[in-house]
Amino acid sequence: MNWIAVSSIYKFEMARFFRTITQSFVSPVLSTSLYFVVFGAAIGSRIQEVEGISYGAFIVPGLIMLSVITQSISNASFGIYFPKFIGTVFELLSAPVNFIEIVLGYVGAAATKALFIGVIILATAFFFVDITIQHPVWMVLFLVLTCISFSLFGFIIGIWAGSFEQLQLVPLLIITPLVFLGGSFYSISMLPPVWQVISHFNPVVYLISGFRWSFFGAADVPILTSLFAIAGFTALCLAVIWWIFRTGWRIRQ
Amino acid sequence: MPDIVEIQDLRKAYGDGFEALKGVSLNIRQGEILALLGPNGAGKTTLISTVCGITTATGGSVKVGGHDTITDYRAARSMIGLVPQEINLEPFETVMNTVRFSRGLFGKPKNNAALEKILRQLSLWDKKDTQIRALSGGMKRRVLIAKALSHEPRVLFLDEPTAGVDVELRRDMWEIVANLKADGVTIILTTHYIEEAEAIADRIGVIAKGELLLVEDKDKLMARMGKKQLTVQLSKPIDALPASLTSDALVLSPDGDSLIYTYDTRAERTGITKLLSDVAAAGLVLTDIETSQSSLEDIFVDLVKEDAA
Repeated sequence: MNWIAVSSIYKFEMARFFRTITQSFVSPVLSTSLYFVVFGAAIGSRIQEVEGISYGAFIVPGLIMLSVITQSISNASFGIYFPKFIGTVFELLSAPVNFIEIVLGYVGAAATKALFIGVIILATAFFFVDITIQHPVWMVLFLVLTCISFSLFGFIIGIWAGSFEQLQLVPLLIITPLVFLGGSFYSISMLPPVWQVISHFNPVVYLISGFRWSFFGAADVPILTSLFAIAGFTALCLAVIWWIFRTGWRIRQ
Repeated sequence: MPDIVEIQDLRKAYGDGFEALKGVSLNIRQGEILALLGPNGAGKTTLISTVCGITTATGGSVKVGGHDTITDYRAARSMIGLVPQEINLEPFETVMNTVRFSRGLFGKPKNNAALEKILRQLSLWDKKDTQIRALSGGMKRRVLIAKALSHEPRVLFLDEPTAGVDVELRRDMWEIVANLKADGVTIILTTHYIEEAEAIADRIGVIAKGELLLVEDKDKLMARMGKKQLTVQLSKPIDALPASLTSDALVLSPDGDSLIYTYDTRAERTGITKLLSDVAAAGLVLTDIETSQSSLEDIFVDLVKEDAA
């Protein structure tokens, strides 16, 4: 393994994050605070408890997942798309590195950034609502796995995208609806039976459910199912990336 | 000198059937400067990209320092530095960070002293903390070279390194290339500027339509294919060549005031002595005589024309 190369890519990508640290830090704190003000205080005060949890606290795991998933995809897709766009990708292709090292560098950095945002949102949440984390180890596991799996997915989008418009297309048209309809702000059990069944085809449901279980011990789907779902998604993304580098699809002539 | 790059029957065909490389075989000697000349679309950049791993070959093989670029790509690529044709740089990074990144990609541990030496050689040390976007075009080209040299490669590919740069910077680049050669780096450069190849290359390769037309020592090529011309200036213009001077090698200039004689420098007899005596016998009075040799550009144009025919 070329660990120096992995470390170089990782540091280079993290430097991009720290160059815009104010934007990286303030934006999630502000948006999360607004969510708490609107959904937690204004609307949440008129909503009865969900599964015995105050609505303000109930939405915390969903809010964290919402930001973590979008940040993972956005950071990883931009990380690999930008070198393609400005042409510096030639350096990666001509360097003595394999696809695992490239992925470790880019996806590792994107996942770290998303994790950082997730932790900031969690810390912000403590200012607005009383929450206790019943299973902190599982919480960290779910958070880290989500950051990694969606960073892998973002990496694929970054390689696939041929323009900045395409780079936004999948997150905007697919991921955001899936996250919002995946139980970020409600429990699946609150939906009519038909929509409950349909919701189970949404992979994000399993992530949010598992993550919420780590906070409150209550979940829409069994915890192991959630874990297998996220592990399966990670494996699928890894397989696609392996194929991309094997064939050179959209990255090598 | 042993061969450091061995290219055997290298082929590259695209999905639409276009063949960018049609079985190129080329050996590059350690420590030499090889200039690859060719018109646009000849396959120069494709050849370099394929050797460096940016483009996947559809046939043939490449070895660098004895290492196959596919089966032993780590060892092969570690020996190669590439300066691309386009100025591809991360605009918001500083010079030092972007050069350090390149070194790291090649698995070389941090070495500020080595990077300082490279940046000083390229007159970039004062700009080390400057963002790339704030640099001039010429400075950006230097940064590309610094990045390519950051891991101390033994083989350096320069894809049109002086395209679009002013004369002063071009001459600076030539000096940089000469210094690298003195350090033992093998240099392969593609260029449109024939004078560039003429000034710095040891060997010349001419490529057209994906085929290597020739590879030869520059001086031998110039001697073999270069023609020399003798121009005899007359005191008074004439309307036509006197019958006694009629020859395929001799023509009258359009304004009739000089005779132009083309000859082969390698021939046993150049025919100059006979020409001058025939001119005197024809009653023509000379005012001046000068000779000129065809440039590499003329040779290149002739070669490509021959290939097209």
